Amino acid sequence: MFMSDILTINIKQLNRTGLLLSLSLLLPIGAYAETAEQKGLAIAQEIERRDTGWGDQTASLRMVLRNRHGQESTRRIRSKTLEVIGDGDKAISIFDSPRDIKGTAFLSYTHALKPDDQWLYLPALKRIKRISSNNKSGPFMGSEFSYEDLSSQEVEKYTYKYLRDETINGRDNFVVERKPQYKHSGYTRLISWVDKEMYQPVKIEFYDRKKTLLKTLQINEHKQYEGKYWRPSHMRMDNHLTKKSTDLYWENYRFNTGLSARNFDRNSLKRTR
Amino acid sequence: MFLKPAYTFVVGLIGITIWQTPVNAGEWSGYVSGEMRGFANSPADPRQDGNTLSLAAQPEYYHEWDDGRQSLTFTPFVRWDETDRKRSHADIRELTWLQVGDDWELRAGVRKVFWGVTESQHLVDIINQTDLVEALDGEEKLGQPMLNLALIRDWGTVDFFVLPGFRERTFAGKKGRLRFGKKGRLRFALPVDTGQTQYESSRKQQHVDYALRWSHYLGDWDLAVSYFNGTSRDPNFLPNVDSQGKPISLTPFYPQIEQLGLELQATLDAWLWKAEAISRSGQGNRPYTALTAGFEYTFVGIFDSQADLGVVSEILYDDRGKNALTPFADDILLAARFTLNDAQSSEALLGVIFDSDDSTRVVTLESSRRLGENWKLSIEAQSFLNVASNDFLYGLRRDNYVQLELARYF
Repeated sequence: MFMSDILTINIKQLNRTGLLLSLSLLLPIGAYAETAEQKGLAIAQEIERRDTGWGDQTASLRMVLRNRHGQESTRRIRSKTLEVIGDGDKAISIFDSPRDIKGTAFLSYTHALKPDDQWLYLPALKRIKRISSNNKSGPFMGSEFSYEDLSSQEVEKYTYKYLRDETINGRDNFVVERKPQYKHSGYTRLISWVDKEMYQPVKIEFYDRKKTLLKTLQINEHKQYEGKYWRPSHMRMDNHLTKKSTDLYWENYRFNTGLSARNFDRNSLKRTR
Repeated sequence: MFLKPAYTFVVGLIGITIWQTPVNAGEWSGYVSGEMRGFANSPADPRQDGNTLSLAAQPEYYHEWDDGRQSLTFTPFVRWDETDRKRSHADIRELTWLQVGDDWELRAGVRKVFWGVTESQHLVDIINQTDLVEALDGEEKLGQPMLNLALIRDWGTVDFFVLPGFRERTFAGKKGRLRFGKKGRLRFALPVDTGQTQYESSRKQQHVDYALRWSHYLGDWDLAVSYFNGTSRDPNFLPNVDSQGKPISLTPFYPQIEQLGLELQATLDAWLWKAEAISRSGQGNRPYTALTAGFEYTFVGIFDSQADLGVVSEILYDDRGKNALTPFADDILLAARFTLNDAQSSEALLGVIFDSDDSTRVVTLESSRRLGENWKLSIEAQSFLNVASNDFLYGLRRDNYVQLELARYF
């Protein structure tokens, strides 16, 4: 196990240096040699490269659900994420409200293409339940975000195609089309606007299985942490079909807090608060 | 009245807590609830009452210190029932001190532990006694005093349990409904006289039980093997007769048992394949084996909506057959679980248990929905259909009920 970890890290490092090399080589002559697919992939790899090395991350979030009549409902969640090199991240979400589900915890080991491993802890019964991960397209906590919207975004999960450059609010963006390669996605394609300076998506359009525009996500108020990692403070998802929306307000981002795999095992579910 | 053997533990624990002198205050949460239960028919036993109103509360105090490596949880529970004196009861569901190490966790105090994977019944789950007056499905448990050390290794988690102080099962009283059981050829809706409880062990409630469990997951598989040695949580019953020889009540008898348990779940795409099996000796004149096995399949986003439909089927088997101390010796469960995935977390479960040996059918409906931010409404109904006169559940034949519960969470 130890050996394989070293191997994957080395391969990943090789990849990165390889990517850097190819980028620097391509830049002067990119326009001739690079296809739209290659450029789309290179952007995704650069997003991942710039967002590597944070180790672990904790944050609290407030989720405000709004129905078509404007009625609101609030959830408070704390999240912990462990960066896993060579695989998808490990994550725990702990629910503080609504109060009837307080203490419920959701553990997932995400993977790029094979199904995620997921467990749910039900505090009333003190029961840990292994659950199926084929609900990727299902709503998370009754919100307009589905499980796949909130899970770890590995490069291998999609194929890419660079579409064009576009300026939003005076900032330059790449516009990239992505198509999910994993099973059970609710989408046929996603269009992302990636800020050229931050290398972070600022807007995503989601097209459903009927290829119609289902949802639009606005990702706002990015702040830089640890002098390196950009994180949004506000996300808003609008569902064009149901006219419902969900706002996510992120707070208290912390990085490299010293969490280990032990904080993301099944035992930790029972005592997590 | 309750928890006598646990008191030493409890007092010691409070001592530890005070000694630790937590600096920042802990937090309170919990619920209060009101419940109405209505019965369709007059009772089988004329002493039993009809519709009933009941109130319950379960606050929880949680405090952690030492950078989260130590914590204290205190969860008392109390219920008041309008008609059944035995259903009005209080319990310490949890009063635990927890210390977390790098590859171990130590817990001391009163706690609830759940083992198992199946839905229809919980064969392997043996640490806690069932609080039967709370729910017929056996999912409500009494707090169990314990010392629990968990060792977390690459090859799985091993849990050691020392369980001082036995908890007696709760039973509906003389006036209470939902009483059932069987002794030999006798089926009853008789009250259980817990004042006369008998034990095989001369140490009675003071007998110290112990248990061991290894659990692990390998890819799509979750598995566990457990061992328990001590006082059975399931009593045998001895009938008490009046001067004319007519049975009037039952005395519970708790034997000493050994139980080996196995839990298995394979999570394969939309399929959950589940099995639980036990082998128990010491209860009855020969060792016996019981099994629950089946599947749950989930259809995600049915009819182009956000709702999920889960289909559950399980077989329930006990090799003692008609002599089993459970109503589910040779039965099949078919159930449908609707999850609306809406903001109110609306859900419903409709299930039928078919007895393969006779005509008995048990139909259960459980549904719930959040109201506003802090309220939850639950509706539960059970119907006991075509109960055969030789069936374990014969005592319930006139107890079809609907229950409405409204809870306020804080």
